[in-house]
Amino acid sequence: MMTTPQSTGNGAAITIRKLDMAYGDFVIQKNLDFTIRRGDIFIIMGGSGCGKSTLLRHLVGLKEPARGQVLYGGTDSLWEVGEDERQAILRGVGVLYQKGALWSSLTLAENIAMPIEAYTDLSAQDARELASLKLSLVGLNGFEDYYPSEISGGMQKRAGLARAMALDPDILFFDEPSAGLDPISSKLLDDLILQLRDSLGATVVVVTHELASIFAIGTNSVFLDPDTKTMIAEGDPKKLLAESKDPKVRDFLTRGTGGKPQ
Amino acid sequence: MSANPARVTDSAALALQRVGQDGVVLKLTGNWCVGAHPPAPAAVESKLRELRDVRQLRYDASAVTDWDSALLSFLLRVGASAGAAKVAVDVSGLPSGVQQLLKLATAVPERKGARRSAQVPPWLERVGKDAQAFWRGSQDMIAFIGEAALSFGRLVRGQARFRRADLMILIQDCGAQALGIVSLISVLVGLILAFVGSVQLRQFGAQIFVANLVGIATAREMGALMTAIIMAGRTGAAFAAQLGTMEVNEETDALKTFGFSPIDFLVMPRMLALIIMMPVLCLYADLLGIIGGGIVGVTILDISLVQYVNQTIGALSITDFAVGLVKSAVFGVLIALAGCLRGMQCGRSASAVGAAATSAVVTAIVMLVVMDGLFSVLLDILKI
Repeated sequence: MMTTPQSTGNGAAITIRKLDMAYGDFVIQKNLDFTIRRGDIFIIMGGSGCGKSTLLRHLVGLKEPARGQVLYGGTDSLWEVGEDERQAILRGVGVLYQKGALWSSLTLAENIAMPIEAYTDLSAQDARELASLKLSLVGLNGFEDYYPSEISGGMQKRAGLARAMALDPDILFFDEPSAGLDPISSKLLDDLILQLRDSLGATVVVVTHELASIFAIGTNSVFLDPDTKTMIAEGDPKKLLAESKDPKVRDFLTRGTGGKPQ
Repeated sequence: MSANPARVTDSAALALQRVGQDGVVLKLTGNWCVGAHPPAPAAVESKLRELRDVRQLRYDASAVTDWDSALLSFLLRVGASAGAAKVAVDVSGLPSGVQQLLKLATAVPERKGARRSAQVPPWLERVGKDAQAFWRGSQDMIAFIGEAALSFGRLVRGQARFRRADLMILIQDCGAQALGIVSLISVLVGLILAFVGSVQLRQFGAQIFVANLVGIATAREMGALMTAIIMAGRTGAAFAAQLGTMEVNEETDALKTFGFSPIDFLVMPRMLALIIMMPVLCLYADLLGIIGGGIVGVTILDISLVQYVNQTIGALSITDFAVGLVKSAVFGVLIALAGCLRGMQCGRSASAVGAAATSAVVTAIVMLVVMDGLFSVLLDILKI
């Protein structure tokens, strides 16, 4: 678990240094230390309740760490650069929340156009056209004027993804993308993530415990353990499956079958 | 799970038989379902304690006609007390379904420390914890008021970002759509004031002063206060529920990650809508309250309409209305603050949204009454 010296070079999208996460006195995870490289599809995995989503909230600046740093581009510490700078950094970030989190009082097109209008000087008409484009990227053309409550959960997730891409972010975060989706929709979403990574050149960070997704798309990962409250493995998930000696990691990656070194 | 559905009416029974040197057989018969009220395990447990030389317990359930969770819970209790008495239990005489379920139920040992103690903490501890919670709550409230003030500053400088359309919808919702209930309550309060006043004033033959009483009380006090209380229940609770639901759906987080301040975006339009509409509603409530008083004056106290109107006009000055209007604008701020604060503090569950709405109304009404008291003192000192 050593910090790679390249963390200041151009390879690092986000570097986590000695991060402790806590709600009040209740420690969730401590001593997290890893690097998300540019172009990675980085998986944050672990059992339910180990703090995966909390880690994501720290990465996107929604929660301040109890200790340690979240460094963007390897150098800019999210909580030491000042409010304006932090906002500027986070503008390069898109997040797909677990339930989509579309603004329920706005139509899909308005959901996507709102950030575009706020941060570019495009006219309302152009912003709407851009919103239509983003919707068609996720297979929702024609649904511009639907409200989030009028479409299915899977469609809400895809619309959420379209909104996450509204400002063409460099880093896309996904919080449990396949939760609540049937296997086929979940596979389609995985394919979509891969295509977007390849065509936009974005870095992707995925919080998930869906093994199929982990092996299908992951190029790097950390494994959070709720018992020891820290990360116990790091690396390409396929390699972890082949090489990891840790029984907990093996158990997780093999659904508890044949993971035990008996 | 029915073994023999034809005989489900057989009542459950049990019998304990000694076998061999140190063994017993527990023979179960009849229908062991929840609805059939099978025997309690206590009898077997006490028997096991009495028979100290018993080392083996075997079940014989061949005559059980039907069973469900009742049998399982019985067997778990017996099994546990047998274990405590160091008696070996042989479950092979049970139906195979029961054996599998028993195995499942006992597979994972109880996690240490997982069981919550039902013990109530000592009185002093509870007082301390409540005091700490109250202190934290006050800090949150002050921080929120501070943030709202900063945001208001941005709004004045034209930097706060929210959707105009949202503001218009909110203005409609806390204005026009509240007219019905405000009308009803205001007329009734006017009527009540006139009745209460007339009983006293008639004793002196001074019924005509009912117009003064109703006019001044309504314009200075009741119009603003009653409107505020209606709006706290109607709109304050709605604000808390809206913002709470957005919190639950992570919509607030989504705003933050896009760099939209939730205070600018959600709180400011709501506060603006109430600041704009509360004085308007208050003026409307004043008018209807005075009409309510007039109805009593004209129909019951035999004051002529012209007389009543003249008396009211003579009694009221523009200052009285201004006092009410200023109050109502301040009340609007308080209602918006309470509703939005409770909404933003909302936890992440459906019941938390309900709690937020309730708490918003309570907070708003407390703040309204306290503020009204402060106003009274202030106005008295300023001789307005």
